[in-house]
Amino acid sequence: MASKNKTTVIAEPGKQELFIIREFDAPRSIVFKVFSDKKLLEDWMGCKEMKVKYEKYEPKAGGSYRYISTMDNGMSFGFHGVCHDFSPPYRVIQTMEFEGLPETGHVVMETTKFEELPSDRTRVTVHSVFQSLTDRDGMVAAGMERGVTESHERLDQLLEEKFNSVVA
Amino acid sequence: MRRDVFQAIADPTRREIITLVSKQSLNLNAVAENFDMSRQAISLHIKILQECGLILIKQEGRDRYCSIQPKKLSEVADWIEPFRKLWEARFDKVDDILKKLKTKKNGK
Repeated sequence: MASKNKTTVIAEPGKQELFIIREFDAPRSIVFKVFSDKKLLEDWMGCKEMKVKYEKYEPKAGGSYRYISTMDNGMSFGFHGVCHDFSPPYRVIQTMEFEGLPETGHVVMETTKFEELPSDRTRVTVHSVFQSLTDRDGMVAAGMERGVTESHERLDQLLEEKFNSVVA
Repeated sequence: MRRDVFQAIADPTRREIITLVSKQSLNLNAVAENFDMSRQAISLHIKILQECGLILIKQEGRDRYCSIQPKKLSEVADWIEPFRKLWEARFDKVDDILKKLKTKKNGK
């Protein structure tokens, strides 16, 4: 197996946007599927201490989605948004609002691009544009508080079990 | 109260002060001019930043100058890291799913 692909996050000081960039060793059509299939999204968006469940997912222009993240301690938060553009296999544009904020109306616009690379590889770029610098920094800082310290091996195991039921 | 880099950058105003002062040393008034809040409020943020070890305050004549502590700043530069790790963990799982999808396809 080749060495792990790097996950890059670009959040320049003073800019109300951020980029998440990652390459995958798979053709674009398959990568796009993993990013736009409700069941598969639930499998990789969650983690050991946080389960993700989509109560609605309509991958089409004008469609909407809502998912609930439930933490180990029982706390749960909703995220919802509207799909503006769904163009397999190269682009998805949608809005996203985290429902756990003290006030509503802090909406993020997310453009996800899927680029074909040589040797059947794919580069995914998520470009998030926030309404303010505070919104962006708050989102990044939320990752900080979560303290992601999970055992990948245990996750892989869990995923393997799950996967069999997904594909079956 | 916690006094570390995370406490320092937990507040958006403090993050802006860090950005300002990292470019050049400024006196308290010059920092305060950039914000739509009282000089006292800015002073308090600067005091917290000083206690967190991010800012050094030097008395020069009648002015107090704020300068950045480069070593601590590099710790702040890593404030994105936990967010990046979250996505890294997610994408590692995407890798696993992709691997299995490909195996499945080839097996057919």
